[in-house]
Amino acid sequence: MNMQGWAEIALTIGLAALIGWPIGLYMSRVWNGERTWLDPVFKPVEGLFYRAAGVNPAHSQGWLGYTGALLAFNAAGFFLLYAILRMQGGLPMNPQGFEGLSPHLAFNTAVSFVTNTNWQSYGGETTMSTLTQMTGLTVQNFLSAATGATIAAALARAFVANRGEGVGNFWADMTRTTLWVLLPLSIILALVLVGLGVTQTLAASTTATGLEGGSQTLSLFPTASQLAIKQLGINGGGVFNVNSAHPFENPTPLTNLITAISINVLGWAAFFAFGRSVLAKKDVRALAVAALVLLSLSGAAMYAIETQPAPALVAAGIDASANMEGKEVRFGVPASVTWAVQTTGASNGSVNSMHASYMPLGGAVQMFLMQLGEILPGGIGSGIAVMVVMAVLSVFVAGLMVGRTPEYLGKKIEAREIQFAMIAVLVLPLAVLGFTAVAAVLPTALGGLLNDGPHGLSEMLYAYTSAAGNNGSAFAGLTANAPWWNTTLGIAMLMGRFVPAIAVLAIAGSLVVKPKLAPSTGTLPTHGPLFIGLVIGVILILGGLQFFPALALGPLVEHFQVLGVVAGL
Amino acid sequence: MTLANPEHLGETRRAAPLAGGLSGPMLGRAVGDAFVKLDPRKLLRNPVIFTTWIVALLATVSAIAAVVAGEAAGFAIQLAVWLWATVLFANIAESVAEGRGKAAADSLRATRVDTKAKLIVDPGTGTIVPTPAYKLGIGEIVLVEAGDVIPSDGEIVEGVASVNEAAITGESAPVIREAGGDRSAVTGGTTVLSDWIKVRITAEAGSTFLDRMIAMVEGANRRKTPNELALSVLLAGLTLVFLIAVVTLLGLGAYSGITLDPIVLGALFITLIPTTIGGLLSAVGIAGMDRLLKVNVLATSGRAVEAAGDVDTLLLDKTGTITFGNRMATEVIPVPGVRPEAAMRAAVMASLADETPEGRSIIELGRNAGLAVDLPAGARAIAFSAVTRQSGVDVDGKSWRKGAVDAVLKSLKLTEADAPADFHHTVDRIARSGGTPLAVVEDGVLVGIIHLKDVIKPGMKERFADLRRMGLRTVMITGDNPVTAAAIASEAGVDDYLAEATPEDKMRLIKAEQAKGRLVAMCGDGANDAPALAQADVGVAMQTGAQAAREAGNMVDLDSDPTKVIEIVEVGKQLLITRGALTTFSIANDVAKYFAIIPAMFVVALPALGALNVMGLHSPQSAILSAVIFNALVIVALIPLALRGVKYRAIGAGALLSRNLLIYGLGGLVAPFVGIKLIDIVISGLGLA
Repeated sequence: MNMQGWAEIALTIGLAALIGWPIGLYMSRVWNGERTWLDPVFKPVEGLFYRAAGVNPAHSQGWLGYTGALLAFNAAGFFLLYAILRMQGGLPMNPQGFEGLSPHLAFNTAVSFVTNTNWQSYGGETTMSTLTQMTGLTVQNFLSAATGATIAAALARAFVANRGEGVGNFWADMTRTTLWVLLPLSIILALVLVGLGVTQTLAASTTATGLEGGSQTLSLFPTASQLAIKQLGINGGGVFNVNSAHPFENPTPLTNLITAISINVLGWAAFFAFGRSVLAKKDVRALAVAALVLLSLSGAAMYAIETQPAPALVAAGIDASANMEGKEVRFGVPASVTWAVQTTGASNGSVNSMHASYMPLGGAVQMFLMQLGEILPGGIGSGIAVMVVMAVLSVFVAGLMVGRTPEYLGKKIEAREIQFAMIAVLVLPLAVLGFTAVAAVLPTALGGLLNDGPHGLSEMLYAYTSAAGNNGSAFAGLTANAPWWNTTLGIAMLMGRFVPAIAVLAIAGSLVVKPKLAPSTGTLPTHGPLFIGLVIGVILILGGLQFFPALALGPLVEHFQVLGVVAGL
Repeated sequence: MTLANPEHLGETRRAAPLAGGLSGPMLGRAVGDAFVKLDPRKLLRNPVIFTTWIVALLATVSAIAAVVAGEAAGFAIQLAVWLWATVLFANIAESVAEGRGKAAADSLRATRVDTKAKLIVDPGTGTIVPTPAYKLGIGEIVLVEAGDVIPSDGEIVEGVASVNEAAITGESAPVIREAGGDRSAVTGGTTVLSDWIKVRITAEAGSTFLDRMIAMVEGANRRKTPNELALSVLLAGLTLVFLIAVVTLLGLGAYSGITLDPIVLGALFITLIPTTIGGLLSAVGIAGMDRLLKVNVLATSGRAVEAAGDVDTLLLDKTGTITFGNRMATEVIPVPGVRPEAAMRAAVMASLADETPEGRSIIELGRNAGLAVDLPAGARAIAFSAVTRQSGVDVDGKSWRKGAVDAVLKSLKLTEADAPADFHHTVDRIARSGGTPLAVVEDGVLVGIIHLKDVIKPGMKERFADLRRMGLRTVMITGDNPVTAAAIASEAGVDDYLAEATPEDKMRLIKAEQAKGRLVAMCGDGANDAPALAQADVGVAMQTGAQAAREAGNMVDLDSDPTKVIEIVEVGKQLLITRGALTTFSIANDVAKYFAIIPAMFVVALPALGALNVMGLHSPQSAILSAVIFNALVIVALIPLALRGVKYRAIGAGALLSRNLLIYGLGGLVAPFVGIKLIDIVISGLGLA
């Protein structure tokens, strides 16, 4: 560990939040339909869409209507993508001549990209045609990201309304977020990345001579355009199998810094957008601080963990200053661990190092960050939405301790809100622990493991955690392209995406009709250090209580065993 | 500090009839009831404890199976016993809480004697037919004479009587009840002491005030309050989360080469689910109602008690609540050239024959100044009349008068200009401060001015300051003019006032506050208060008040003390705080339980996890048993807190939260580490595991 490393971690994590702030204020204007300087460009396009679809963007839908539209839109996206994947072999722009995907892989992949997970049971450069990448996957990268934002936009309207009715118009939220936010930012970022050396070509491959003099065929793609939305949309699915560890996807330390920052920018932006839209900037800033503190502490912990050499290496007398297995030498430990906490704290899932190769405790941190519910800062909108659920639960328990029935942002928290909040919480352990427990005793499933023992358990636990958390990163030892894994991971992704989404929208539906209460000195203050500490405590305890036993049997056992090797046990 | 401090108000409060400590026999009955409550159908409404019941049953079956099979069953038997104890302790908590209400209900029932009513069958002739009270119907008219018990609730249609209402209020001093106006309601079970009244029955047998009171103190039709319901949902959700976490251990354990004993999994599950708050939740609610009963307030529902904690705006009538209700003399100011003592003496002389509270207060003021005078023999009292607007005394050719300033000047044939300038200044000053000036005249000469003032009850200002810190706004309601109202409002330290208020104004104010998202509490006794009482979120009717008011409010104050609203708010807050504190404590406890049980479960197959045994517990079995025993005992340990309630402190929400988080959050995190370790030492010392 050194000062430079600490500075690198702090800078990357801090800059993302800082850049997210003004973008968030802009995003809030977009959600609210306020005037922005991009209106002249997009207003005509937007109107065209509405007219074509017969949508009245001014019509505010009830929560059921909004949820129905969201589900229908995502279902349509799934079927379209599934069709593209299956029929890829017969479609144009397929220079490598890739075949269509198997049904289970197509199911898994379509679900994966629609749910903003971007779990990849396949290797990108050896499976997907250019057409699939561009019109299938990249399109979903935009739409799934915008879907997350709509959830937060609807929730914000529910909090701000006083005995209101509708939570907004899904089609308008979807269209506006895509056009005004995702598209321009992605274009800018893609151009920057191309300028910094990321490939952007329709050519199939290039040939290079390796160090040993042999000739290599290196696949090429229009990478930059997909990389931009992969990071900004908090998707994470790379065109290359090794994702952002690949030199064509992440050629220099500068592209690494920029792409690392862009993992979290829009997640933070959604926090600030939510704060502005609910007229409670201070309160939502407190949630952002809570997330930032947890993310920074995780970064620090990971840095400390990964700069310890493996005990076995030390015992063998090999001089190692850090655990470099699975990390790019050109990035080093700080840039690798920063990326690792950012990608797991958000539901991104892109990687620039191999997570399975981290020290056991490092792997535990990655899994735990996802198990907290992808709220640090999580996906665009989906992160802040679940964070608000956490705040609601914190307020509910602690708010009682100030002697009032709990309220958050001026809305009373009652049985219905708690019911849906608990459903949003419950689905994660159900999908993660449920599937892991079954897979752990199923020979078919175990066949996909690279390692046995606790690391094997970690591979499975990580996979379902990543799927249910809509993260998409993996402990790469697992060979997931098999019917059992593709199917169950797909189901876990669907559960992890849509159950919390519906629950949050149901909460919005319940809140929107309630009167907006005026705060008094007797109201629990939901900003300030005390509340920040409280939310952090609730997040940690709630997450810890759910996943401690499973983590104990996976990474914790492995950790103590690794130490035990040295102690001669 | 607590607000509920009667001494603070300079009032004496008698023992409430419904209050009572926890006696030995009551505890015995509670333990008996706890066993009756083991009936699973009775436990269904409490999912956490019901779950515990199921696991206890499974543990028992498996312990018996072990015994039958001749295996070592000591551990299984102990686990089963402690799981049953957990259920039982939760039941005891509820029974103890109910016990006080049941005792109070018994004493109320004893007063409900089977009265023979004198039913007037023919109003023309006044023919009376003796009829049992339970056969009386609404609208029938009964005669109640001295010594009779009033057979049912009703409205006096004729007559006036003194009534002893001790059976309901505990107050033995009789009250006057008469036909017409706000004092015409009578309550069944109370006794007429003198005179007679004719009463029109207003309640069906079985639904009289006394009946409802019995049902309420017994908690017969207690339903879950909104917050209790929300909390139950949270607890059920957590129970499900832990069910998932524990059941999936079967698969995860099997992969890791660990065969998990289902009993041990059951034990882990029970220690993780929030049994502490689950077991105490209903006791907390009942105890909250009970605390209200102790201050002689009857709430129609737990929902009302809960709402009391949320009140933002408190409407208080000025007269009788904030001020004593009678204007009192506070000073006598001499006119220039008159000695103060002489002016005081004249004021006292002029008041000797005045029996009004104002007159008494002048004599009291003189006595405090060392001036004790009795009415001389042969004195002639000059009574107040609407024409002269003054009163006084004539003795031996000398005369003393006091009266309204303009009336006195007029009778002295003085114009305003004739009176000294200082006199006018004083009169203006008194009027501006919301007081009333009275001119004092001795032998036809103006000698001084008495300052009569609405005196604010001692301690009210401090109470309002406390309320402000609690986040409550107080609004004073008065019929006074705005000048007087403003003066009194600022002196009393209320946040706002409504002057020259009509009942409609009051209603409008309540609706306006509610539209701003605030909850409103008020108290009232008049029939014209009824709509406002019904509109307010917490409406406290005075027991002595009109029947309509008592039916409109959601609470009745048996003491008819309007300042009680403040205590009611505090009880509501205390109830919520207690729930929150116990929930926080319960959840925080789980961390330590994991560190006790997880290593114990896995250490045999995965010795590396022994490192997690941070408490250094003796053996896997002792660790599991200790966690289960701690989990059961902590319920018992917290019963007193659940019944007494966590003390409310008016220190602001932020300070209160950090204080309670420290005690119940951090305390809940640390306490079980210590507790489980101690229990482990004991049971391993005893060789139990």
